[in-house]
This record gives sequence, C-alpha cells and structure tokens, in this order.
Amino acid sequence: MTDEQHTPPPDRDEALEAVLGNLLRIGVIVAAVVVGAGGVYLLIIRGGWIPDFRSFQDGGSPLRSIPLILRGAFEFRADAIVQTGLLLLIATPVLRVVFSLFGFARQRDWLYVALTLIVLCVLAVGLSGLQT
Amino acid sequence: MSYIVLSSLLFAGSLLAGLLGALTGLGGGVVIIPLMTLAFGIDIRYAIGASLISVIATSSGAAAAYVREGYTNIRIGMFLEVATTAGALGGAALAGVLSTGVIAVVFGFVLVSSALQSLRASHDDSGALQPDGAALRLGLNGTYPLDGRRQPYNVTGVAPGFGLMIIAGGLSGLLGIGSGAVKVIAMDRIMRIPFKVSTTTSNFMIGVTAAASAGIYIARGYIVPELAMPVMLGVLAGSLFGSRLLVAARTTFLRRLFALVVFVLAVEMIFNGITGRI
Repeated sequence: MTDEQHTPPPDRDEALEAVLGNLLRIGVIVAAVVVGAGGVYLLIIRGGWIPDFRSFQDGGSPLRSIPLILRGAFEFRADAIVQTGLLLLIATPVLRVVFSLFGFARQRDWLYVALTLIVLCVLAVGLSGLQT
Repeated sequence: MSYIVLSSLLFAGSLLAGLLGALTGLGGGVVIIPLMTLAFGIDIRYAIGASLISVIATSSGAAAAYVREGYTNIRIGMFLEVATTAGALGGAALAGVLSTGVIAVVFGFVLVSSALQSLRASHDDSGALQPDGAALRLGLNGTYPLDGRRQPYNVTGVAPGFGLMIIAGGLSGLLGIGSGAVKVIAMDRIMRIPFKVSTTTSNFMIGVTAAASAGIYIARGYIVPELAMPVMLGVLAGSLFGSRLLVAARTTFLRRLFALVVFVLAVEMIFNGITGRI
C-alpha cells in the first residue's frame, strides 16, 4: 500500500469545496428555472410555429450579445428569457473559477492563484465576443 | 413539424440521452448531436451549440455533488483547465472554419473511440508509486475516500497528461461534447489518478471547458434558444435521474448496448459527412 510518510496527504480545503459545491448547484438550478420559465412562455406563444433549422442560411440566432439578450429579456421576449438562462448557466462555472481564486489566495497558494488567473484570462477571451 | 412537437421530441430524446449518458459514463452529448442532425435534419452547428449547453448543465450539476463528497481534486482540475480552456478556444475557432461535413466526420471518429473506451471495464486503481517532479511542485497528489478513510495517491505523467488535455479541450470546443473519453485516457492511464478521482475531476473541468467555447458559439449565433431549451432541460433531468439509478444498477449490459448504438451513430455521421449530407 502507499507509504503515508512518503506522501503526506495535503489538507483538503473542505470550506472551499462546500462553497464551490453550493455555487454550482444554485447556479444550475437558477439557470434551469429561468430557461424552463422562458421555455413554457415560448411554447405558449410560438407552439404552432413551423421552424426551419436545417441550415445556417439566415445567420443563426440574433441573440448573440449580452446587451441584446438582456434588452430582450427586459422587454419580456420569451426567446431572450431562455437565452438569459443560458447566460446564467455559462456564468456558473466561470464564477466557480472566480471563487477558487479567492480560496487559493486565502491559502496563500500563489502558484494556484496564478494558474487560476490564466484560466480566467482564457475564459475572458472566449466570452469577449458577447460584449456587443 | 410544429415547434411544440419538435421541442417535445427533442426533450424526450434528450431525457433518454442524459439518462443513458449518466448510466454508461459516456455523457449525453454523444447521442444528442446525431439525434438532432440525423433524425431531425438540424444544422450540425445548432446541434453542437445545444449540446455544449447541455454539457455545462450536467457537468456542473454532477460536480456540485462530487466536490462535496471529497473525490474531486480541485488542484488537478484547475491545473488541467489551463490546457482544456485554451484547447476549447482553438476548437471553437476551428468550428467556424471547417465545413459541416468535416466536423461530422471528426465527430464520428471521436464517437467510435468513445464507444471503444467505454467498453474497457477494468481500471487499474493502484495509482502511481512515485509522483513525478512536476506533480510534487504543483501539489497534485491528494487523498480520496476509500473504505471510510482517506487513501493518499500520487500523480505522474504530468506533461503528457497536460498535452492530451489540450486536445480534449479542442475536441470539446469543436464538437460541443465533454470529451470525457479523452480526459479519462489522460488522467486514468497516463497520470495514473485513481478512477473515481479522475472521473469526478474530469467532470468538474468539463463545465469550465465548455464555458470557454460557449461564448464564441453564442457570439456566432450557433446557440438558438428554441433548440437549446428542450435539450438542456431534457439532458439535465435525464442525467440527474441516471446518477440516482447508477448506485443500484449493474451497467455492463447497458454499457455494451449503448456503445453499440453510439458506434452505429458514428458510422452514420461519418457516412453522411463524407457524402455531403450533413
């Protein structure tokens, strides 16, 4: 078996694990509720619509930036409410990374603070297209 | 087909995909995309967008439970996320350039390897005897719950594991899947991380990886709320139900059956991709 003295088990950060677990669960629940509510509304107002998703010819969804999506949701448009829920869902793992940053900083684990910042920068690049 | 019928069928199909995905460990994405493209004739880019959303939902939902149970290694996850998120940006960029036929063929080959991977039932849980230097410097070694106590484990093969994770992230960004099969090869076999730790940590990373490319997919208009809604809710409900069942069910037969289904879908995706029907 493994020699315990050779590999001392590092302390788990159970407080951080609990925070991250709760954050992920709440984020998914909130996103699913918003998507579900928008979805029911969408089915009520557009259930009889004959959609055509066979090709990308019309350029896809117009709801492709955060300002457009939020404006639509404030105007109570069903598709924008669903898309807002999807934004909340995408934000959930991103927030998890932000909270990890605080957790590693509290442990004074600067190597992992740096690694977490790199991941946040990569995420920022991926999400930068949603600004306008 | 009216929207209410389409979304009901997509919801039902996604529910089943999420259920089988959770029971077999293959994830829901591997059947969602063939279902949407082959059965409903939906553009593969919309299918990938919807699948990517469902992947974030299921991985975050499951990760919430695993993190609290103490299996997930947050440091391994964070370190490898540098690789997977960078790969995901590359994959999402490629998705905008490659033709749908090429994407379908690549998807088919990834499906074949996932199906074969899921049939490999035995896992070596002995762990690495000696950690490599990088694992020590990065503090990747950890402990996990085993028989009522916490069993320590060492991690090795950090550099090749990291490299393979860039590819896993790239496939995730290109195809809208969690690419769990590639992640398990990297963590289970190369880095010698105990199976339960590698599956839960891989799952923990999938949400962040998918979020990196989801922004690009929304900005390109690939994520259509009308399609993402039934798929996300269906896969999420199915996978939550599946993970409850998983404790009781013996899944060897189911895994073989599902692998066969995935294999047939893969061949069909490749055929349709080559003949230009996707």
